[in-house]
Amino acid sequence: MRREELFQNIVPPLIFTVVLFVLWEIVCKALQIPLTILPAPSEIFAALWQYRAPIIDNSWVTLWTTLAGFLLATVGGLLMGIGVGWHKNVYSAVYPVLVGFNSVPKVAVVPILILWFGLGELPAIITAFLISFFPIVVNVATGLATTNPELEDVLRALGASKMDIMRKVGIPGALPYFFGSLKVAITLAFVGAVVSETVGANKGIGKLMLDAQAAFQVQIVFAGLLVLAFLGIVLYVVTALIEKRFTAWAFRGQDR
Amino acid sequence: MTEALVELDSISMAYGKGEAAVLAIEDVTLSIKKGEIIAVVGPSGCGKSSLMKLISGLHPPLAGKLAVEGKPVKGPLKSVGMAFQASNLLPWRTCVDNILLPLEIVQPYRRQISSNRAEYKKKAEDLLHSVGLRGFTEKFPWQLSGGMQQRASICRALIHEPEILMLDEPFGALDAFTREELWCTLRDIQAERKVTVMLVTHDLREAVFLADTVYVMSDRPGKIVKKCTVSLPRPRDLEITYTQGFQDIVHELRSMIGGKH
Repeated sequence: MRREELFQNIVPPLIFTVVLFVLWEIVCKALQIPLTILPAPSEIFAALWQYRAPIIDNSWVTLWTTLAGFLLATVGGLLMGIGVGWHKNVYSAVYPVLVGFNSVPKVAVVPILILWFGLGELPAIITAFLISFFPIVVNVATGLATTNPELEDVLRALGASKMDIMRKVGIPGALPYFFGSLKVAITLAFVGAVVSETVGANKGIGKLMLDAQAAFQVQIVFAGLLVLAFLGIVLYVVTALIEKRFTAWAFRGQDR
Repeated sequence: MTEALVELDSISMAYGKGEAAVLAIEDVTLSIKKGEIIAVVGPSGCGKSSLMKLISGLHPPLAGKLAVEGKPVKGPLKSVGMAFQASNLLPWRTCVDNILLPLEIVQPYRRQISSNRAEYKKKAEDLLHSVGLRGFTEKFPWQLSGGMQQRASICRALIHEPEILMLDEPFGALDAFTREELWCTLRDIQAERKVTVMLVTHDLREAVFLADTVYVMSDRPGKIVKKCTVSLPRPRDLEITYTQGFQDIVHELRSMIGGKH
């Protein structure tokens, strides 16, 4: 069983990724694409090794600002989602503003944040929060809206308060939606943090890439991209595992 | 079987307010005696389920008087257990934990559930055993068949020892054999606990087999067009459904419901 799982979940993506890099390498070498346009993977990995100290240093900043923003979004999104899902009036009052807010490109907000809080980690954290907040709210509210009306009747007939129904049925029932949205939110938070860093920051992968670009060190820019992709995958996998751990019942039949 | 537990006196009920209001029930008068099983039958959308909501205090009447145990109903009754066509079991709770849900809501159990959990759990398990779910108490709902889920759903409606058990087409989604099996389960559990049952159904055989009194409702807005006392002897066996007496009652009820033939 273990072996089978390994062959199903680890080996195919590994092969695919390696093949992708090999193809990339071949294309670069065959067409003699200049380093400043598209560096070959071998050059990128070399840069990755050569500049590992600043890359790790800056990745760390990006990682923790992302996680801080994501954590804020998780708590805020959960509370807001419950608020919005609680009552129709709250929903209709808040929802248009939320949609409008979500429609504003976050890149446009970053200069304001820098104006307010200066260059540093805070704008990145807030951008990560702003961008990942919305999907959590929407999903939690949707999850609460799917509460079975008959079951609500059963409990109301017993004298259950709205609070009781939320605690016993609504919120547990919305958890799969909540955890599902976390997978989307974590990658968005990551995007938010990096976007903020590329607009203005004194540390972080985004800032590193910006500096490398200014110095025409394109292989470092690509090394940064690679690190971002890798961190994104790790963060996604971790949230997916948390989701599976907490809402195993929603995955019934898959591994039971 | 003497005092009236539930009394409806020329009750009307509507959904919505003002001019947009839709009348669901009109001028219904009936009474349910303690320990009686009544069945309400009628065409779909005739307000059978509305009647249930009304009696359980979930929806106020538009006009008329509604009393349970002699007291006018002003809000949710708490002494009601409900089960529907869908079992509505919570997928994240095991069977026995699902049954315990009402005890986490209703007083006085609610106050004592943390200290008496083991005792209540035993009670829930006994109830599950009595409907033939021995060995399934720790299973999750999706691991049970439709009939088993429905049995569990009825247990959940009974765990807090309600005065009235309200069943809204509880066996509607089951196959014919399972349905008849559950008729007998319900018959036995009612005989043992003497609970008052209000059964909403569109299965006339089910109504006649289980009920002491069958009420036929007309198309929307629902009115009672016929009250039929089923005087078949108890305990009733499934065999009774093949007798002439039984068939005659079913036939008579069918003719009251109308629709194209």
